[in-house]
Amino acid sequence: MTDDRTLSAAASILEVDQISVALAGRQILDQVSFRVAAGEFTGLIGPNGAGKTTLLRVILGLQKPSAGRVGVLGQRRSLRHQPIGYVPQKVLLDPDMPMRARDLVALGADGDRYGLRLPSRPRAEAVREMLHAVDADRFADARVGNLSGGEQQRVLIAQALISRPRLLLLDEPLANLDLRSSQEVVRLLARIAREQQIAVLLSAHEMNPLLPVLDRVVYLAGGRAASGAVDEVISTETLSTLYGHNVEVLRVQGRVLVVAGEAELADSPLTGTD
Amino acid sequence: MHGVYSAVFEPGFFASSQVHIAVIVGGLVAIVSAITGVFTVMRGQSFGGHALGDVSAAGGAGALLAGLSPVVGFVGLGIVGAGAMDMIGVRRLRERDLATGIVLGTAIGLSALFLHLTTTGTATTGATQQVLFGSIFSTPAGTIPVVVALGVVALVALAAVYRPLLLATVSPDIAAARGIRVRAVGLAYMLALAVSVGLSSLAIGAILSTALLIGPAAVALRVTNRTGRALGLACLFGVAATWAGILLAYDSYYWGTARESLPVSFFIVALVFAAYAVSGLPGIRRGAG
Repeated sequence: MTDDRTLSAAASILEVDQISVALAGRQILDQVSFRVAAGEFTGLIGPNGAGKTTLLRVILGLQKPSAGRVGVLGQRRSLRHQPIGYVPQKVLLDPDMPMRARDLVALGADGDRYGLRLPSRPRAEAVREMLHAVDADRFADARVGNLSGGEQQRVLIAQALISRPRLLLLDEPLANLDLRSSQEVVRLLARIAREQQIAVLLSAHEMNPLLPVLDRVVYLAGGRAASGAVDEVISTETLSTLYGHNVEVLRVQGRVLVVAGEAELADSPLTGTD
Repeated sequence: MHGVYSAVFEPGFFASSQVHIAVIVGGLVAIVSAITGVFTVMRGQSFGGHALGDVSAAGGAGALLAGLSPVVGFVGLGIVGAGAMDMIGVRRLRERDLATGIVLGTAIGLSALFLHLTTTGTATTGATQQVLFGSIFSTPAGTIPVVVALGVVALVALAAVYRPLLLATVSPDIAAARGIRVRAVGLAYMLALAVSVGLSSLAIGAILSTALLIGPAAVALRVTNRTGRALGLACLFGVAATWAGILLAYDSYYWGTARESLPVSFFIVALVFAAYAVSGLPGIRRGAG
């Protein structure tokens, strides 16, 4: 595994080591291991129910694993105080909430502090810069609940980035976006990862919009994971081993399709992504 | 000029000690309710706030029956009810709705029992009116320090958790990932809600407390996009409606020939409703809600 040696030489931001999670007697994750380095854009890919959200919650310290360890920036304890930016899957921004995009981003900066907030020019400036970085200047003063899905996603990303985390986790950020918005969000994240040397880990059940920008893939299926470079992981051999039955990876007009292999094609519909 | 003035402020308004107490208690209650209410509306807990008013009514009625000051019962049982609602709230939304409805019904039943026993036992028919529709003009001066102390507790609790509470309202997941103790922050808010509903039960009645909690907040959310400004505007609307309601109720004594005041609660709630209706007009409304 030459790849892993290169990684440990580079700054490894996140190390997931043999993580297993069992919930209500069901094995959700089974000895999942991978690493993410600074500036890398990693896709956490897998069908619905593969355990992607659970894995992200374990990394955030919101879910206790039944076995294994997670290290962020080499530290194995008190994950809650690690600088991790997080954009969860379902954020229902009610149109009734009197909150501008600018206010939500400011909460990303100091939302965990107690007591009232005093006006601060540096914070206002940081918010303005961050809104500019995600190309949200245009709707900075609009009510967040009235923004489109793609615009809300950009504001949430700014909210997650303003505390200058080294690691950014996003749970299905493309799930409810149209093709154009999801391409914009993906390009934005790729640029941020590169420019600010942030490790980005993004979960998705549909990998095609991500393939042009992904540095690495962690593919989850049945609670187990395969990780590595995109071409290594998204291959007939690797995914067949992971799924435990024959699947075939087809590349059609620049898109990747994962379909059940020959033996099962007769009675099994398309599996996995797309 | 003098004619207009005396038409607005009927004789003795500024000299009446009852009016002084009503203005102080009403103003404070309006401020606490308005600030708590902005969070209640943002968190989508208007129904819970109303149910808490009914729990508070049972407390007030129980306190009268036991010979205690109603404010003790209003706030005391309100806090117990808020704690129970927090325990229910950790489960599914639909389940929370059902449980809230059932608690609400039980609370009204208890109020009915306590009020029946109080009125038949002591022959003070005023108890029902007092608990359900408030007693701002007959609040004893000695209650003011209690009201002030409780109001300050609620406002300090909300100020302390202001930012974590906002973040947890936007997304409990983001808040938890930031290391915020979402549950504890939610409890601080529920405490403020219980106190605010209890105080407003004292002023305008347990049944109507929701109007002062939700109304000014709902108007403020419609006219501004900014959280801080919404809090300020809600206070302004709440205090204005309360004071104007006190004035109208006082003046109503001189209307017609009956020489009897109309209930202050009616005027406050009517003014809140009018503000809400006006805030829905095109050109005033900012949000989509």
